[in-house]
Amino acid sequence: MRHGNPLLAWLTRGYIGLFFLYLFLPLIIMSAATFNDSRLPTVTPWNGTTLRWFGELFADGSMWNALFTSITIGLGVIVICVPTGTAAALLLASLNKKARTFAYALMVSPLLTPGVIIGISTLIFWNRYFHLTGGILMTMLAQSSYIIAYVMLMVGARLQRFDGTLEEAALDLGASHWQVFRRVLMPFLRPSLIAAAFIAFLQSFENYNTTLFVRGLDTPLTVFIASRVRTGVTPAVNALGLILILITVALAMAYEVNRRRKLAATAAAPAG
Amino acid sequence: MRDLYRRFGGGLTTLMVALVVFWIIMLVVLPQLLMIDFSFRPNLPPSKIGGPDDVHSWANYATLFRNQVHLTIFFKTIWASSLVTFITLIVCYPMAYYLAQVAKPQRTAQMLLLLVIPFWINEILRTFAWWIIFAYAGPLNGLLTALGILDQPFRWMSGNGVVIVGMVYAYILFMVFPIYNALESLDRNQIDAARDLGSGWLRVHRRIAIPHAKPGIATGCIMTFMLAAGSYAVPALLGSPGSRWFTEIIYNWFFEGGNWNQGAAYAMILLLLCLFFILLMMKLFRVGLADIAK
Amino acid sequence: MSQNVELDKVVMRFGEFTAVKGISLEIKGGEFFSFLGPSGCGKTTILKLISGFLDPTEGEVRIGGTSMRGIGANKRPTAMIFQNLALFPLMSVADNIAFGLEVRGVGKAERRKRADELLDLIALPGQGDKMPTELSGGQRQRVAIARALAVEPQVLLLDEPLSALDLKLRQHMRAELRDIQKRTGVTFIYITHDQGEALTMSDRVAVMSQGTLQQVATPQELYDEPATAFAAGFVGENNRFAGTISAIDGGFAVVDTPAGALKARNHLGLAAGASAIVCVRPERLRLSGTGSENGFIARLKSRSFEGSFLNLMAEGPSGELMVQVTNDGALPAFDPAGALPLGFHATDAVIVPAEAGHA
Repeated sequence: MRHGNPLLAWLTRGYIGLFFLYLFLPLIIMSAATFNDSRLPTVTPWNGTTLRWFGELFADGSMWNALFTSITIGLGVIVICVPTGTAAALLLASLNKKARTFAYALMVSPLLTPGVIIGISTLIFWNRYFHLTGGILMTMLAQSSYIIAYVMLMVGARLQRFDGTLEEAALDLGASHWQVFRRVLMPFLRPSLIAAAFIAFLQSFENYNTTLFVRGLDTPLTVFIASRVRTGVTPAVNALGLILILITVALAMAYEVNRRRKLAATAAAPAG
Repeated sequence: MRDLYRRFGGGLTTLMVALVVFWIIMLVVLPQLLMIDFSFRPNLPPSKIGGPDDVHSWANYATLFRNQVHLTIFFKTIWASSLVTFITLIVCYPMAYYLAQVAKPQRTAQMLLLLVIPFWINEILRTFAWWIIFAYAGPLNGLLTALGILDQPFRWMSGNGVVIVGMVYAYILFMVFPIYNALESLDRNQIDAARDLGSGWLRVHRRIAIPHAKPGIATGCIMTFMLAAGSYAVPALLGSPGSRWFTEIIYNWFFEGGNWNQGAAYAMILLLLCLFFILLMMKLFRVGLADIAK
Repeated sequence: MSQNVELDKVVMRFGEFTAVKGISLEIKGGEFFSFLGPSGCGKTTILKLISGFLDPTEGEVRIGGTSMRGIGANKRPTAMIFQNLALFPLMSVADNIAFGLEVRGVGKAERRKRADELLDLIALPGQGDKMPTELSGGQRQRVAIARALAVEPQVLLLDEPLSALDLKLRQHMRAELRDIQKRTGVTFIYITHDQGEALTMSDRVAVMSQGTLQQVATPQELYDEPATAFAAGFVGENNRFAGTISAIDGGFAVVDTPAGALKARNHLGLAAGASAIVCVRPERLRLSGTGSENGFIARLKSRSFEGSFLNLMAEGPSGELMVQVTNDGALPAFDPAGALPLGFHATDAVIVPAEAGHA
């Protein structure tokens, strides 16, 4: 700490260290178990280093199916959520204060609802009135009902900094409403749309609680992993986990590099 | 709405309103309303739906209070989720404070990125990582027996303790980020001023930092409690038949009991519990909904 | 290449609030016309009514004789310079200038050619590939003008575009705007609260207050012959003497005021018995011995030396007075607390009607 109490500084450092150890040790152990030549995923005892679990993973047809299912759902969720969430953010911004407060509460309510409830209510409603059975489509709908709210919040945050006179200027120069939307508003929102699409996919990809109720006979990756853990797990699941972690870390790095580059670019721009 | 029409014309405005209406009505409001309706009706074969037996009653709700096992699990879910929330708060507050007030901006940015990485990894995988640690032949037992603390491996995954540990791990960041966001806006000078006036370290937190972090603490507690009470993945992976969670009973009503009406009533009870907790937090911390959902 | 703009009994209401209270006027083609008034007087609403962002509650806006009712901003032969310029931040300077052509479906090569021509016009040749943020304030200003001119508008609307610039640049841009207007011959409609801008650039000025038109006149008429007490007070400084008209004498009238019976030009033809205000510009008040025409005694309160002239603040029989004395090398010595005999020629003062409810 800045106030120079050495004991406090030492405690702080220890606490921070423990916090991050707590955060990362399980992931490290899980990753390490991938390379252990043992039927069960563990690091003790170490039976020798092997890469064979990657082979087993890639040879596992049901894993590929599950991955394909998850990606299909994730892409569908992007298609539903990004336009709808953007529309919701724009609509919200155009309402008067009283209506906005009410609409906002309604729109964020799915974020304060447990995932299982969202799954259950979607299942009952779409099954009863539209005779839809659980599956990829219903999973997309159920996940979208709360992921749209995330998109709405992300796009809405950027929208707050939008200068409305730019739209007026474009209209005044003869642009049609569609041209204004495409050439002025969309380029401004683009960074938040990309980020929102990314978050929407990630949220969909890692969802379990909602998906469980609406998946029907389809098996997305999270359900696949959970069922493997419960019924005879092998380090092939660890191999899958490790790959997902590496992708995540790579994305985080890319994000950070991009952020720093932008920061440097802003610092280099002339003032005024 | 008129503003939208003026900006984007008829076609785009119609499309946008239609999308939002579809979301709010078809994905949020109607499903919830039908679930409520469902929870008050008896479970009937398709031929009898809409018939004389299809009447509203409290019967599905009464089931919970007649079933001692379910009731015990329900209350266990409440106190265990509260415990998870409390532990998470204790563990996260210092980290949020450190990030927001102590660390230099550059370091804060790096640490936030480090914090986000586990956040982006599947809840299932994060829970699975603890499954490996707690496994009978796993590293924890290996370490403890090697150190002589345990004579023989312990069957960790048989009680509620492991589930709680797993949940704290799974939802920790839902607590760190809201508190961090709240504390970030606290003017460092306030803390320095308080210390300058002779205030001790604890008093600075009690009188300045924590009051300022209130909305963040409320948000973090609501999110964590909601996620814990509604969790299925963690108890399913780390629990045992003896440490079932309320969500698991709901799932069983749907997919093993085949009684959706009964399941809907239990789901409603869970929803009401979360709603009650949200209202409690809002009252306790005197914050509004707009402060929470940021 | 320019058309006239007519406002015909235009009323604009926002709920309970009436921003424009029945305004009629004609702006001639090729004219540099300004709306001058304090903030909230309705001048920006007028601009929005002409540009098409608003439709009048009552009355009609006509451009080139054609009614604009129901015609959106993107279909009108007008182009607007926004107060904050509203340059598209994610487009290059050339793309900004050519945006209006792009949305009209003009080909890429043709667009670039037009953009380059316009960049020459605004003295920024070869700067088309820069981003707006890389330009200085004055350069951005000129790009906004070029962007508006690119669509070859009949009417250019300017919403206080100089307010964000510093004083020196502002004065330079006044001359440049005037110059561009002369070269292009486009009708300019300029909104400002700055009387200096309105007087120096405009062919005619409309003074507005609280949604009504106070006076439409050339800058010089406005200064020398204000039609209302508001116009007299808002455009330049004026010393006021309120009273009642006691006699009419040809083109002059006598007003009984606390400073005595004052004679001034009755350019509005007010009748005897009317409540009126005599307005005298500070530079038209003279230091004089008693007994001169329209003479009275004031008490000197303070003075400030401005170089080419001297400002005297005095307490007169009907309130505070300001006198501007040209530094002609023969300034008298002033008694700091003494009596200050003042006067003015009847031809140097005007009479305007007193307004109800206003001081």
